[in-house]
Amino acid sequence: MTIALEQVFAEALGIDIGGVSDGLAYNSIPQWDSVAHMGLIAQLEDHYGVLLDTDDIIDMSSVGKAREILAKYGASL
Amino acid sequence: MQGLLQGKRVLITGAGRGIGLAIARQFASQGAELWLGGRDEVAMSQLAAALGSEFGVPCQPLCFDVTEPVAVKQAFQQLFAQTRALDVLVNNAGMLEEALLGMANQTHLQKTFSNNTFSVIYCSQYAARMMQRSNGGSIINLASLMGQVGAAGLSSYAGSKAAVIGITQSLAKELAASQIRVNAIAPGFIDTDMAHAIPEEKFTERVASIAMGRIGTPDEVAKVALFLASDLSSYVTGQVVGVDGGMVI
Repeated sequence: MTIALEQVFAEALGIDIGGVSDGLAYNSIPQWDSVAHMGLIAQLEDHYGVLLDTDDIIDMSSVGKAREILAKYGASL
Repeated sequence: MQGLLQGKRVLITGAGRGIGLAIARQFASQGAELWLGGRDEVAMSQLAAALGSEFGVPCQPLCFDVTEPVAVKQAFQQLFAQTRALDVLVNNAGMLEEALLGMANQTHLQKTFSNNTFSVIYCSQYAARMMQRSNGGSIINLASLMGQVGAAGLSSYAGSKAAVIGITQSLAKELAASQIRVNAIAPGFIDTDMAHAIPEEKFTERVASIAMGRIGTPDEVAKVALFLASDLSSYVTGQVVGVDGGMVI
């Protein structure tokens, strides 16, 4: 079963899946700060089997942006 | 007998010769699974095959230029595809080019800092993320005694290595929560091609400045790297370990 990007975000940030939408932005909630961001990156990398470029980690400013970046790596979203 | 690094996944940059090669041999003898970083594909492949056969450990070449961020990224993506986690990174690749202040041009400065300093950050960025997957790890940076005390004609080299010490101490603090230890080794005068590249008169002068009265061997540096890579140093981070025989500059 494919786990949706929203679910990876919810688990990584420890928030309800209902609170995850493409518009959810980095630093817009206390659970998504810089420390949580690196943990989120690790979970996304593990889940999709990719190693993200440093610039892409910096650019990952929202769920929507994450979707766009992961698609660039050929991740099945 | 179990080696001190049995089952640990290790990347060593600049593993083709000198201190890097000594570290690769020492780690292989202790059961590590190795990726040997270097630029010469043929030489690194041959070395990996030789070490793998001699010590009976998995050993692979990983050819890339540490000064090129894109090449570093591709190398780590290759590594990530082979093993999702990494336990030890040895940032050993580096260079020494003497230049008096008036002769240190931009090309020289960029080359020195790209090889000795920026590469440490590029590689550590990816390595730290892979280490978080194995619940910790050890990053070992090769600094230099020159980075602590300086030397005439080596302002750029000493500056690049002093920066490595600052990076080490900062990363030790930043990554401690992830159980990633970051330490540096500061070799003095070690018997490598780099040491023999200096004029004979200066070579003699340098040896005379060593309290123990002799040049150090790459293996003596490698043994300290082994300590820092292994669980023997499980509570050691942010340290700069001198391996200099009591050298005074």
